[in-house]
Amino acid sequence: MEVTKDKHPVEELTKDPVVIDQVKRLIHIAPLEKILNVARAHSLWPFGFGLACCAIEGLMAANMPRFDLSRFGYEVMRGSPRQADVMLVCGTVTHKAAPFVVRLYEQMSEPKWVIAMGSCAISGGPFVDSYHVVPGVDKLIPVDAYIPGCPPRPEAVIDGWLMVKEKILNPKVVSKVRG
Amino acid sequence: MADYSIPADLMEALKNKFPGLEIQENRDVIVPAADLIPFMSEIKDNQDYAMDFLTNLTGADYKDRFEMVYNLVSMTHGYTLMVKVRIEDKEKPEIPSLCPIWGGANWQEREIYDLMGIVFTGYTGHPTRIFLDDNFQGHPLRKDFQWQGGREA
Amino acid sequence: MKTQTYSLNLGPQHPSTHGVFRIILELDGETVVKATPVPGYLHRGIEKLAEARTYTQVIPYTDRMDYLAGMLMNWGYVQAVEKLMGIEVPERAEYIRVIVGELSRIASHMIATGAYGGDIGALTAFTYTFRDREYCIDLLEMVSGSRMTFSYFRVGGVADDLPGEFYPAARKFLADLPGMCDEYDGLITGNEIFQARTKHVGVITPEMGINYSLSGPTLRGSGVNYDLRKVRPYSVYDRLNFEVPLGKNGDCFDRFRIRIEEMRQCGKIIQQALDQIPEGSIQAKVPKVIKPPVGDAYAEVESSKGVYGCYLVSDGSPKPYRVHFRRPSFINLGYLAKLCEGWKIADVIAILGSIDIVLGEVDC
Repeated sequence: MEVTKDKHPVEELTKDPVVIDQVKRLIHIAPLEKILNVARAHSLWPFGFGLACCAIEGLMAANMPRFDLSRFGYEVMRGSPRQADVMLVCGTVTHKAAPFVVRLYEQMSEPKWVIAMGSCAISGGPFVDSYHVVPGVDKLIPVDAYIPGCPPRPEAVIDGWLMVKEKILNPKVVSKVRG
Repeated sequence: MADYSIPADLMEALKNKFPGLEIQENRDVIVPAADLIPFMSEIKDNQDYAMDFLTNLTGADYKDRFEMVYNLVSMTHGYTLMVKVRIEDKEKPEIPSLCPIWGGANWQEREIYDLMGIVFTGYTGHPTRIFLDDNFQGHPLRKDFQWQGGREA
Repeated sequence: MKTQTYSLNLGPQHPSTHGVFRIILELDGETVVKATPVPGYLHRGIEKLAEARTYTQVIPYTDRMDYLAGMLMNWGYVQAVEKLMGIEVPERAEYIRVIVGELSRIASHMIATGAYGGDIGALTAFTYTFRDREYCIDLLEMVSGSRMTFSYFRVGGVADDLPGEFYPAARKFLADLPGMCDEYDGLITGNEIFQARTKHVGVITPEMGINYSLSGPTLRGSGVNYDLRKVRPYSVYDRLNFEVPLGKNGDCFDRFRIRIEEMRQCGKIIQQALDQIPEGSIQAKVPKVIKPPVGDAYAEVESSKGVYGCYLVSDGSPKPYRVHFRRPSFINLGYLAKLCEGWKIADVIAILGSIDIVLGEVDC
């Protein structure tokens, strides 16, 4: 739920105006969310979910010395979904792989974000006519950022990460068209 | 381009041994399905040919038949050979499996069974699907395979 | 007391399986009793898709099979089409093909070396080889415009000529290459722990290798001298001077060492090709719409993972009737089940890494 100065979670718990007034005066939640958002945005832990060619560029080359992702704090790649924040879907999702993609997404704990990288994850890519390919991972799980390309350059991947960072720091900016 | 085919006199000897053989002008050989296992054992074990490396095993779906294609190489002599086998029955295509002779035939035959539906007989528990789910209906590489999905209209 | 085996899933999502690949292990304690590999999680139906595209439109699909050595994948397919149509490729195009093909092989072996070090646990090796791969990819980007999926080959030649700044950059890279290989040797190969984990593990005998149709460094590690560039030379390889490194024992360590030696030999090949390259056209006279005559053809090249072949059937129309790719990783993987029996779980990872598979190629 969106936390602002006027709408406070305590209003759902009680209708007593005195209690509400005192709690609102003393306990400020919105700044707390802001601090948590700053902490989350600057140290996202990616989930290494490389399926196909995009994994070489997006997961491996972006972490390597030339296009260092650890300048931003995103180099801690975890193997287990329970310890990760961001699921970076790199590559084509097939019908045989779809059930476990959904299962891994559900195993991640909140808050979590998904980045769809490469045209196969966005919409099926060059294989969209195939009998075994899911046309885009957003048919299965909700996606927060899309990085087009086949495969996208590591600089584009870093740009995608920064978009997610902006989205976390400032949830309202998502409704504005990016110039 | 150098010529790596089997010399003509050795091919003659093969034709005498297996009268059902058909040798095409580009030196490809068409073998009847019944002679497949004896033919393959002959060219593998006989040291004149010594075709011990099975480099490719695949199939194709034509309008009136299936056709299996085998490519063989001899490590010692350097010969190459392409062998084709015609399967006339399109309802229930069957052909003996080469797994007892070459272990490398195992996965390639499973791929052809999965995608084309040709059944390989003579080896227990073989073939099973390898790429698609076990409950997938149909064989995608056949020309008459219909499926839904893909681009949204 | 009764014991029973335990079934463990080396699941589709795993940091060391080189992609979405699953092995179902039956374990007795930590020892593997039976291993069942399950591929197919990346099966995209490329062979079926190719029947709905024209001959030139299939070339980008071949890139995405073995994406680490994209140029070599293009080469096998294009050679099959040229064999079917009887086209002769001009000499300059052949030399360019050799140069970019060998650069692609270096890039692929660099990843194999680094990823294998990472699998065993030496993650630093990963950063070193990827850093050096960037120089290699820079050269390929100069030539084709793309870092990984090139689609640079065309039927009858290549798409564009080598730019002027390629020659000094390539010579600089070749001068640095022996130093890079020495660095990997010093970092990884001499390491005691690495040797203890890979020596005498996963031994492949030459007879089993030939019987199971293995090829590439997997087969040459056992001492079998089968390299297509020497046995049935194609393109201009018969004019170039190089050696084929062979292993002795057929274990994981030999397969790993061969790849580093092959990188040095690739450097020699590119040096000679740069010295010998003639002037000329880069593409033969090919009709605008490619319509091969009715018939079929099979052509093979030596890719970084093994023998890569393409079987093509044409019915006279602009689209292929049937395309089949003989993929080395797929066939090399057929031997994995037998190879893992009797080893521990950690050895399974070492064995799988030494075969060097790419899932895009296994599943096609």
